[in-house]
Amino acid sequence: MTTIAPDETALEAVFDATVAADERIEPRDWMPDAYRASLVRQIAQHAHSEIIGMQPEANWITRAPSLRRKAILMAKVQDEAGHGLYLYSAAETLGAGRDELLDMLHSGRQKYSSIFNYPTLTWADAGAIGWLVDGAAITNQVPLCRCSYGPYARAMVRVCKEESFHQRQGYELLLTLSRGTEAQRAMAQDAVDRWWWPSLMMFGPPDDESAHSAQSMAWKIKRHSNDELRQRFVDICVPQAEALGLTLPDPDLAWNDERGHWDFGPIDWAEFREVLKGNGPCNEERISRRRQAHEDGAWVREAAAAHAAKQGEATR
Amino acid sequence: MTTAQPAETPSRPADWPLWEVFVRSRRGLSHTHAGSLHAPDAEMALRNARDLYTRRSEGVSIWVVPSAQVTASSPDEKDAFFEPSGDKPYRHPTFYEIPDGVQHL
Amino acid sequence: MNVTVTPALALGDDALILSHRLGEWIGHAPVLEEEVALANIALDLLGQARVLLSIAGDEDELAYLREERQFRNLQLVEQPNGDFAHTIARQLYFSTCQELLYEHLAAGGSELAPLAAKAVKEVAYHRDHAEQWTLRLGDGTEESHRRMQHGLDALWRFTGELFEPVDGLDVPWSALHDTWTTRIGSLLRRATLTVPEGPKSGAWTAGAGRQGLHTEPFGRMLAEMQHLHRSHPGATW
Repeated sequence: MTTIAPDETALEAVFDATVAADERIEPRDWMPDAYRASLVRQIAQHAHSEIIGMQPEANWITRAPSLRRKAILMAKVQDEAGHGLYLYSAAETLGAGRDELLDMLHSGRQKYSSIFNYPTLTWADAGAIGWLVDGAAITNQVPLCRCSYGPYARAMVRVCKEESFHQRQGYELLLTLSRGTEAQRAMAQDAVDRWWWPSLMMFGPPDDESAHSAQSMAWKIKRHSNDELRQRFVDICVPQAEALGLTLPDPDLAWNDERGHWDFGPIDWAEFREVLKGNGPCNEERISRRRQAHEDGAWVREAAAAHAAKQGEATR
Repeated sequence: MTTAQPAETPSRPADWPLWEVFVRSRRGLSHTHAGSLHAPDAEMALRNARDLYTRRSEGVSIWVVPSAQVTASSPDEKDAFFEPSGDKPYRHPTFYEIPDGVQHL
Repeated sequence: MNVTVTPALALGDDALILSHRLGEWIGHAPVLEEEVALANIALDLLGQARVLLSIAGDEDELAYLREERQFRNLQLVEQPNGDFAHTIARQLYFSTCQELLYEHLAAGGSELAPLAAKAVKEVAYHRDHAEQWTLRLGDGTEESHRRMQHGLDALWRFTGELFEPVDGLDVPWSALHDTWTTRIGSLLRRATLTVPEGPKSGAWTAGAGRQGLHTEPFGRMLAEMQHLHRSHPGATW
């Protein structure tokens, strides 16, 4: 049997046509190396964010103030582990093993969303994360359900379906506080004050400074620009905040009739870059805690692998 | 580099192999691919799959298959594999013309 | 607060406290798949606790406003997590007992029968999870074997209390105990582990948890669990 080396140009044409036709690229299809690399980077960062994102909320599981809230919070943090798994599983289809990606996370060579480097100081933070952080994440993720790479798009469909409860529980938590005692109300407002701006930063740098945006849009990995999504999020949040009876900490927020959108004040990108560089309030804690859990678990993973080998399991 | 293979044999002793998970969402439907996960052996793979892919009552039955055991058709052979069936419309009922008014056909 | 001690309270406290301990694992599990598994078990137990405590009174008042001496859980379930093997040993001892107990209650006609009938399926899964891990850790590496044996040995002295009669529950305790001993024994042998030989209770601790007497780590655990709720008297959450 002779193998005819496929012509790269022809393959690329097929790839381009598939993307142009809004069809999905599947794991064993030919794809440009840069497309693969870009996807691995994005999916890995997304997966890492899910599992690092467990920490700030898990911080309140043991202190949740009612059993109902405790069950909700546990289920939510568990979902985040699950979402991390779906995403690592999507990355595996590109040949990027989970252990390899975890190594990159643990050694700081791959990033996770900066938002999780902010601390959860009070119970209300669990609500603010649900409402604002998950809200921003959903705004980002819904378009990803139509991403050109099939496994990523399918993982996102599952994630988005499950996330909708996350945002609602956060909103309900804050609403209960806002309608509660004076101290509870203050707690809720304080949390919103601290989480609002970092949530806006979650959409990434402004379009003219975004390093990967243009190519990702061309490949239909990304469907909307950072600024578009950020604006959509602000427009959604303003009336929601009003219904909560809480104030968004931006004196420049104003309805712009001409644009048909809410104007908002300047974002402190210097802070964003500092947190990204590792100088956020919790960068060190988050990553060392993750590393610790991984190292502490090494003997367990080895034991199960050794047991399987002894049993002669067909694991190859 | 053109094709991604499923994860190979573990590269380190503690790396658990990858398993593909198929879930039957309810009686009367076939198992469909849900995703993958890592597990040291088949029994744990089943349990992990139950915990991960059916925690919202999404399933009544689960299969797990070592990813390395899946043999897949290659996209390079796509034309040879799948195009030849494209010009056999007589396999489909809409190919045939039936006079108006004839029923139960 | 005044609390009437009932079987629902004792069993509810077991589930509540063990669920809390398992919740402490979240974010620290040895592998991501196990994060999901441990959280599932914690959520099952919390669900059981909420039903049971609601039979006994108001679930939140009972969970958050009782003093340490008013909790009626087994001392076993309040023991700190330790390493993963330690947690698995605690799960194995408890789930094996809980399954036997709930099977019995499910077949009976008490007010706990409906809860037990539902919960016994969850508990069977918890027991299976603990067994699978006991087998793998026991017959895994030298290190895992040593750690698993250590966990089993360290918690053995809390197992006598599992079969101390609970007032108001009509259960053939000693028969359950025999079955438990047989099951644990045969599992540990399969896992190349040794059944601990020490006494099944400490010098003065047999049945103590059921009487409201707890171990040192419990007070600290409650302080953390109750702090926020108690800081805002009368608030709704």
